Amino acid sequence: MLKQLEGSQAVAEAVAFCRPEVVCAYPITPQTHIVEGVGALVKAGTLENCEYINVESEFAALSVAIGASAAGARAYTATASQGLLFMAEAVYNAAGLGLPIVMTIGNRAIGAPINIWNDHTDSMSMKDSGWIQLFAENNQEAVDLHIQAFRLAEELSCPVMVCMDGFILTHAYERIDVPAQEEVDAFLPPFEPVQVLDPVEPYSIGAMVGPDAFTEVRYLAHDKQLQALRLIPEIAEVFKDVFGRESGGLLHPYRTEDAETVVIALGSVNGTIKEVIDQMRDDGAAIGSLSICSFRPFPYQAIAAALAGAKRVVVIEKSLAPGHGGMVASDVRMALGQKDIPVYTAIAGLGGRPITAASLMEVFTAAAEDRLPDMQFLDLDYAAVEHEIARARATRRSGPTAENVLRQLSPRHPAAKI
Amino acid sequence: MTEPTTRQRIRFYQTGTHTVGNRLLDETKRTVQASMARANAITSGHRACQGCGEALGARYALDSVMRATDGQMVAINATGCLEVFTTPYPETSWQIPWLHSLFGNAPAVATGVAAALRVKGRDGVRVIAQGGDGGTTDIGFGCLSGMFERNDDVLYICYDNEGYMNTGVQRSSATPPTARTATTPALGEQPGNVFGTGKNLPLIAMAHNIPYVATASVADLHDLEAKVSKAMSFRGARYIHIMVPCPLGWGSAADATIRIARMAVESGFFPLFEAEYGEITASNKIRRRVPVSEYLKLQRRFAHLFKKGPDGEEDTEGLDRLQKMADANIARFNLLDDGIAQGTS
Repeated sequence: MLKQLEGSQAVAEAVAFCRPEVVCAYPITPQTHIVEGVGALVKAGTLENCEYINVESEFAALSVAIGASAAGARAYTATASQGLLFMAEAVYNAAGLGLPIVMTIGNRAIGAPINIWNDHTDSMSMKDSGWIQLFAENNQEAVDLHIQAFRLAEELSCPVMVCMDGFILTHAYERIDVPAQEEVDAFLPPFEPVQVLDPVEPYSIGAMVGPDAFTEVRYLAHDKQLQALRLIPEIAEVFKDVFGRESGGLLHPYRTEDAETVVIALGSVNGTIKEVIDQMRDDGAAIGSLSICSFRPFPYQAIAAALAGAKRVVVIEKSLAPGHGGMVASDVRMALGQKDIPVYTAIAGLGGRPITAASLMEVFTAAAEDRLPDMQFLDLDYAAVEHEIARARATRRSGPTAENVLRQLSPRHPAAKI
Repeated sequence: MTEPTTRQRIRFYQTGTHTVGNRLLDETKRTVQASMARANAITSGHRACQGCGEALGARYALDSVMRATDGQMVAINATGCLEVFTTPYPETSWQIPWLHSLFGNAPAVATGVAAALRVKGRDGVRVIAQGGDGGTTDIGFGCLSGMFERNDDVLYICYDNEGYMNTGVQRSSATPPTARTATTPALGEQPGNVFGTGKNLPLIAMAHNIPYVATASVADLHDLEAKVSKAMSFRGARYIHIMVPCPLGWGSAADATIRIARMAVESGFFPLFEAEYGEITASNKIRRRVPVSEYLKLQRRFAHLFKKGPDGEEDTEGLDRLQKMADANIARFNLLDDGIAQGTS
């Protein structure tokens, strides 16, 4: 049924259709509306047979989900940013124990400086935790990916993060095709755990593993991700059969046929990228894009195949690995193997800075002419950072960086006129 | 507050010993470990040190839960000695469904298990969580307080050996003043752990107004079993804090574990009491009161308290302050008043 819904509310309804049995809630912007939404559905009796637990921290949220999942219940939680870092130990633990928990990440920057707006630093910090990471391009896909995530998680017994851009998606009202309960029931079978804490068949879970077996156990975690590479497209196909629309899968190629320049990005920025590509295509440029839906497992072969005819790649990254650059670009380079073409990285949209079509157009145009540096920061105020670098060199006690930059960039401050 | 619990009406005295007169008891009150039907929740072959108080306490506690629940239980274990010495891959000592997740999250994991069982209509299966003092009073404290506050249906058992023994005997917030640990060496002006620090978790648990809180000791295993059984008669959050001497960390003889635990109780240094919904309901009376020095001198971690100074005199300030702590416990928990210690029974 078509509805005009806030992204978070739509996800809450989708999660409820998946019949989670234990939901743990801890507030953090911009994810909060999701757990509020699920909570209201439980309180109202719409979502039955669900324990909704208000916990004292994100670390507890995921730990409660770990216990619930190990006892055979379908478990769900959501978090963002600092919350994901605060539960980091449990994130790795849930994957290590092979518990099929589904968790939404309302993607947000990580401090310091504290910042509540969107980028992908939070999810990137957990990219190697053993969780599957799916990125939604829009709210319809966010809804659909949650439904697929439960099936994927439970089939593999591996936790799945559904990543959706904070505010840009979580707080955006869009037209959503909300699935019917019967459709979700037809698509998602009841949870059959591969391991369960039960006095009927007691066993120990979480034993100490030494050098004799640790490598093998870790290999099996990798193997699960490789299995997911096969399963993700399969599940997307079944989803299409039941719901009648395409969602999920490993990649979304857009106008990549004969494209010489291919833009790669995760999440909602692909909407803007497609608009820019349309404009450039109208002007005769051979350009297309790849939206990566499955970031973990990383679809190396699918990306290599999609880039077979490309002459250059531009990666738009919403996260920065300081001292390194772009993490998505690194993975894309790996996917290219022996193919020697430039991979340009543009770090963009950090802490919620808008990624405008005009800026993207400039970057893509420069890329098409191979006049781009290997890495750049989109719309960076070079004057401001150079001023701060010079000031810090000149004064030992130069003070807190963030506050200095803020003061400088404030339109009310004389320093803004430098 | 001072009403003796029923299990104390029979006095387990035999001349010169504290041997438990199990046969004197009604069958239903006989000790769990004496039963052929005991569960052996944690079975032999584990890797605990000789004289480990925790292994002993855990076995008695869990077998009591097994009896109280007719074997319908799940245990969640925090990281620590108990976890490590029972599950060296691929072996396990646990004869029960058992899960270890992390050091600081056992209470929250237990909450999740309890929630899952409730939603599946299997309330008959009960959940316990357990950890050492580090996992309980320090790193797991946030999750524990959250579990208490929500009154989740979990019994949490802390095996308190007063330090991080698994990592090599470091100070925790349960380490007593003056105790030598790897991070509070017996050096300087104030050797060992300092006074004025630490937290009393049983009292903090009581402040959450949870249904049941008790302290227990491996010196009185029958009492320990009774408290665990009683805890299982409640629904909601429950907490039992068991003192378990650690020969390795305390510098004590492996065969002195029970004696040391008894001295801790008999000196008033570790009071045994029960509380329901935030109010103390009973305390175990001291039978033969001993000075706290009798307890301390059995342990090398307190050896510096008994050293003579350069002037040939013992500096008794530390000892005096520890004695005052024990005296305060005796007054606060009313540990002497049923007359036994005075020989008037």
